[in-house]
Amino acid sequence: MTRKMSMKDAINEALDQEMARDPSVICMGEDIVGGAGGAGERDAWGGVLGVTKGLYAKHGDRLMDAPLSESAYIGAAIGAAACGMRPVAELMFIDFMGVCFDQIYNQAAKFRYMFGGKAETPVVIRTMVGAGFRAAAQHSQMLTPLFTHIPGLKVVCPSTPYDAKGLLIRSIRDNDPVIFCEHKSLYDFEGEVPEASYAIPFGEANVVREGKHCSIVTYGLMVHRALEAAATLAKEGVEVEIVDLRSLSPLDMDTVLESVTKTGHLVCVDEASPRCSIAADISAQVAMQAFGALKAQIEMVTPPHTPVPFSPALEDLYIPSGAQVADAVRKTLKGGKH
Amino acid sequence: MDDSTRAGITPIVMPKWGLSMKVGTVMSWLVEEGAEISVGTPILEVETEKIAKAVEAPDPGTLRRKVAQDGDTLPVKALLGVMAEAEVSNADIDAYVAAYVTPADGEGEDAEAAPACQFAEVDGLRIRYARKGTGNGVPVLFIHGFGGDLDNWLFNIDAVGEKSPVIALDLPGHGQSTARLPGTSIAALAGFVARFMDVLEVEQAHLVGHSMGGAIAAQMALDHPRRVASVALIASAGLGPEINAGYTEDFVAAPSRRELKPVLEQLFANPEPVSRQMVDDVLKYKRLDGVGELLGALSRGVFSGGRQAEQPGLRLKETGKSVLVIWGREDRIIPAHHAGSAPPGATVEVLDGAGHMVQMERANDVNRLLKQHVGV
Repeated sequence: MTRKMSMKDAINEALDQEMARDPSVICMGEDIVGGAGGAGERDAWGGVLGVTKGLYAKHGDRLMDAPLSESAYIGAAIGAAACGMRPVAELMFIDFMGVCFDQIYNQAAKFRYMFGGKAETPVVIRTMVGAGFRAAAQHSQMLTPLFTHIPGLKVVCPSTPYDAKGLLIRSIRDNDPVIFCEHKSLYDFEGEVPEASYAIPFGEANVVREGKHCSIVTYGLMVHRALEAAATLAKEGVEVEIVDLRSLSPLDMDTVLESVTKTGHLVCVDEASPRCSIAADISAQVAMQAFGALKAQIEMVTPPHTPVPFSPALEDLYIPSGAQVADAVRKTLKGGKH
Repeated sequence: MDDSTRAGITPIVMPKWGLSMKVGTVMSWLVEEGAEISVGTPILEVETEKIAKAVEAPDPGTLRRKVAQDGDTLPVKALLGVMAEAEVSNADIDAYVAAYVTPADGEGEDAEAAPACQFAEVDGLRIRYARKGTGNGVPVLFIHGFGGDLDNWLFNIDAVGEKSPVIALDLPGHGQSTARLPGTSIAALAGFVARFMDVLEVEQAHLVGHSMGGAIAAQMALDHPRRVASVALIASAGLGPEINAGYTEDFVAAPSRRELKPVLEQLFANPEPVSRQMVDDVLKYKRLDGVGELLGALSRGVFSGGRQAEQPGLRLKETGKSVLVIWGREDRIIPAHHAGSAPPGATVEVLDGAGHMVQMERANDVNRLLKQHVGV
């Protein structure tokens, strides 16, 4: 059966069910062993925002609190994966990747290739992404493009509780390293989630809304901004189609091209910085592969190329809004008439 | 609808298609004001999150007023238009429209109080079912087909339920019931549905089966004759050997929206109702752990190599039950000529313009035939 739950709870349930199903699944991270109902600090958090709350009580020492050294425990998780475990390591904020990046991009991502296909590294790195949390420039970035750039890594960023559960289960069962990006502002977002386990395949975008006038290609929190824009535009008689990429590596270009071929207009929305972003990548691929279908210029909606501001007013302006997305749609639709 | 009918005025209201439907959007009117309409004429196109379909005229008459405009999203039972006889004045129609109050949907916002679906524990499996309708008569039990669920009856449950108690279940391994099968034969599933009736304390039911569900219904009539009041077989398995093996195999195998959509389109004469939401719902079901394996096992057990292993429908004559057989002439899954194998005395209707999902594509006719068949 299905019931309504938050994305946070959907992630917790995915971890719980996979740990129950497969004894080789373990969790490591800073402060993840909280909320177990124990005494004192054992009952503290369950992850910095409580995502893993309660799992220690069910699965005991298969959840390990790590020291404040990302290079140590992310490296340990990758090593354990290479030796047959299926670790899920929590990198509290994606912004901390710098201190453990060698382990990820030059080790985990390369093992299969460097060892002639004989090594597998079934590790999942769960990590919080995105702005809007009043956590300033060093805890608010959307660094998805940095990981998508690396061959050998799979990169996932869900927009709903349903997708979060199914994609995390798929990530845990995958035999390659997966960077699983969780948007902090979506943790409390609720949706229907089946109780049973299920896996959503990678490389399969979700057409969130069908429309014939313009395609909006996006992922994560920005899917919801695109939906806001769609509601506004519908009142003007403009029907947009929204493609939620779900996984950024592998990337479902077929669905993107199919949509752009239908609508002839493309707006790419990305919360990452504009240069070398997912939006830039999609734009380039569409320009190369479906130029003939385009009736006007491609538009991109991204934050400005600046650090995420600490000032709440500026941070709100920094994150792309539904109004900005709607404007971009109007702009490309007008562009075609010149 | 009867309650709100005033002398000479027939309201056209937002239909309730499926248990989860709360609102629908008017896509376009298909007839103009002043048009003479006969029963079953498509009047306007309505889209819900699951499906788009034409609302058909419940009674003959003249369309006098379009109340809803294209693009309006309105709750179930909201007034969409007014049909009336010539002697009804425009002022009367104005007054009727002004006075119309959309009745509360029975299980609208108070869904917690009376949930659309319930669960029953049968042989250790959790089975989702809907129990609705009115009266104390013998209930009508709807049994869906291979890979389906109770939403396959979204145009039928409420219509038949206007005059009769109705029950629809998700078979084990299907819909939101536990993803486990009691066996991979029609006989095993028939035994299971009989035990489902035990758990619900339903002594006897009119069975309505679609596709594989029809074979289950026929088997129940053979194995549990006292539990079965009558049998209605819709595009039914169990009346002949042929079945489109390509369809069942592709249905099981299709991993993505792009591959599944053309498979589902084979179910319809006109594939328009195959919406994004319908494909998504089937994908969500197929992604559940164990479903792929169990559908494979069931299809091998029941339809191996494009042959139906069991044909209980051919033995229905022995049961002496009243039998209704309905088929869509353009059925691409089970050929419509199997309707010719219905037992003597059965009512047989082969409907034009419909494929395997005839209960959706020709819902009004199927509902009318079902109500006649069960005598309500």
